[in-house]
Amino acid sequence: MVKHLLSIADLDANDLLDLLELADGFTQVQAREIRKVPALRGKTVVLAFFEDSTRTRTSFDLAARRLSADVVNFSAGSSALKKGESLRDTVETISAMKVDAIVVRHRSSGVPQQLTAWTDASILNAGDGWHQHPTQALLDAYTIRQHLGSLEGKRIGLCGDIKHSRVARSAVDAFTKLGAEVVLIGPGTLMPPSLAGWGVKVESDLDRVLPDLHVAYMLRIQTERLGSPLLPDVAEYRHRYGLTVDRLGRLRPDALIMHPGPMNRGVEIDPEAADDDRAVILDQVANGVAVRMAVLYRLVGTGHFPPAEELR
Amino acid sequence: MTVTVLEGGDVLDRDGRRRLDVAVDDETTTIVAVGHQLSGDRTLDASGAVICPGFVDLHVHLRQPGFEAAGTIESGARSAVLGGYTAVVASADTDPCPDNPAVVAEIRALAKSAVCEIVPTGALTKERRGEAMAHYQGLIDAGVRFFSDADRSVVDLRVLRNALDYLVTAAEASEVKLVVGQRLHHDLGAGGVMHEGEWSARLGLPGSPAASEELAVAEQLALARLVGAHVHLQQLSTARAVRLVAEAKADGVPVTAEVSPHHLALTDARVASFDPNLRLDPPLRPAADVEALRAGLLDGTIDAVATAHRPHTADAKELAFEEAPAGALGLETALAVLLTDVGLSLEQALPVLSWQPAAIAGIADRHGGGVAVGRPANLAVVDPDVRWTVEPARFGGYATNSPHRGRELQGRVRHTVVDGEPVVIDGAGQ
Repeated sequence: MVKHLLSIADLDANDLLDLLELADGFTQVQAREIRKVPALRGKTVVLAFFEDSTRTRTSFDLAARRLSADVVNFSAGSSALKKGESLRDTVETISAMKVDAIVVRHRSSGVPQQLTAWTDASILNAGDGWHQHPTQALLDAYTIRQHLGSLEGKRIGLCGDIKHSRVARSAVDAFTKLGAEVVLIGPGTLMPPSLAGWGVKVESDLDRVLPDLHVAYMLRIQTERLGSPLLPDVAEYRHRYGLTVDRLGRLRPDALIMHPGPMNRGVEIDPEAADDDRAVILDQVANGVAVRMAVLYRLVGTGHFPPAEELR
Repeated sequence: MTVTVLEGGDVLDRDGRRRLDVAVDDETTTIVAVGHQLSGDRTLDASGAVICPGFVDLHVHLRQPGFEAAGTIESGARSAVLGGYTAVVASADTDPCPDNPAVVAEIRALAKSAVCEIVPTGALTKERRGEAMAHYQGLIDAGVRFFSDADRSVVDLRVLRNALDYLVTAAEASEVKLVVGQRLHHDLGAGGVMHEGEWSARLGLPGSPAASEELAVAEQLALARLVGAHVHLQQLSTARAVRLVAEAKADGVPVTAEVSPHHLALTDARVASFDPNLRLDPPLRPAADVEALRAGLLDGTIDAVATAHRPHTADAKELAFEEAPAGALGLETALAVLLTDVGLSLEQALPVLSWQPAAIAGIADRHGGGVAVGRPANLAVVDPDVRWTVEPARFGGYATNSPHRGRELQGRVRHTVVDGEPVVIDGAGQ
């Protein structure tokens, strides 16, 4: 395994499966009364969220603490995070305090990769611009495996704003590498300008593919895109691309409903769909902690003992 | 008075290649003898090398006045001569900008300490706002022959049309030739930080489509055709743009075009490194465009290689890719990139590096001419086969934003002579 986790593109299917299996162990840890193991005792993990995200930050925070790492928040309110500040200065400042891993969230694509040039610490990408959100893809793959056994041959529909979505980019990478058949569903304005090399199908009509989906993955629509030159309005978006009550009936009984959160209920997903028995949205959140523990363990752990032994 | 003899090399100019030594005089600033076994006060070894007219760059951002932390006229000139350039055309994106003769005078005064000729340009519109005309007659009287708003474009085509119309008559009245340079920008590509396509999709960066440049070229060509003004298209980067220019030239439209060495060598796939030094305006394009640019250069559709050399402070390139300012260094590596990546021979490279841009800049009387007695002694001595590694820290300025950092390139400038004085000897600035 490599030193950093920047993009799913850097991992092959075996790396992905290794992390998912490792995460299984950490799921067991979380079922215990004491949800903590000493794997990263003495290690320091910095959460550098240049763009705020309470959910992802909390998940990483818990993951690191449950591995007994010391966790420091590099606060998003500080002046060093303002637009136009040198990334190098910021990361060198953090590094100078001797840390083992820096979890980075940034509004601009590529920043975690750029930071690797200026630090010895492991960089974990917690979401960069429209580019990648690798731990989200891992927790999504983990959740699908948990419920469907495997991604092999499963038809997964990603519906909504693909173009501006780091969730979609990393999910497509991970799902296709694990053998799933991925369909991207959405209007032209929300599709990337090219899908060369993505290995996916594209569908403009959700209803055409809905009955065949093993997973209906509804992406969050940024509400500011509604009524902009990209999309007409909420009603039209919901009508064409929302997982509505009406569409629930046409979804396979064994299908999964997924969403990366936070949801716009009544836009991309109706409340009834979010609360449907087939929805695994809270499982995604729960699995996020275990998956992030696995990633931190792989990148920062000393590797002196096999994880199974460590977890016993 | 010092006479320097460049000894043991081949001369290569428009008249072809022949074995000759060349003697230059720093007092008369001319070539004083051409032949064999010439005598002089000192001798510079040119064996195994080629003595040729110095290069002319139509597009250099010297950053002074206004942005001296990134670069100065003096440091830009040092970069230029290291790359074999004896004259560079200074873009108008300074602060203040040369929209009036006083700023041109300031630039000329600063250029006195520069080691090569600095050719001032005029802004096309007042404060480069794209609204009102600059002080054209004053600028023409101050010697300006090239007008451009540099990295801004005149978006309102009525303003541009009027500027072109006015300058055509101003040129007639003053009996000079004027050129209007335009950046190829269209609002379709606004907000894009790289080429829109496979790689922008994969990397999650906002793209600017090739169609944006195509529209901009079509606009410029339509105006050049309408008004009959010489429009110079800056930094061509797409295959369709090359085709449009070729078609217009075949129709006799008075248009010339330039391309940067970077766009002839690198593709948008390189942006996967997220290195802000690869953020260029226009952006790097896919391989098919690179191929078309190379073909356009070889068939004469593109007249000149122009680096758009743009020093930035280190801080500016330590930002996120999409927040970093566009532009890269180009002067020191231009020749080597043409020989290494594009595979040009010196015979193919010299017209686009030297005499064709000299003609567009209106300085053919002193740059890019034949290597002959009595001619101004602005020369480069080039080692076409020597290999070297790009180390921006050893460049002429303090900026290091080269997209070729660490690469091994072939072809290097050994000596550069400006006005009869060797300003680069054995690859080192004097």
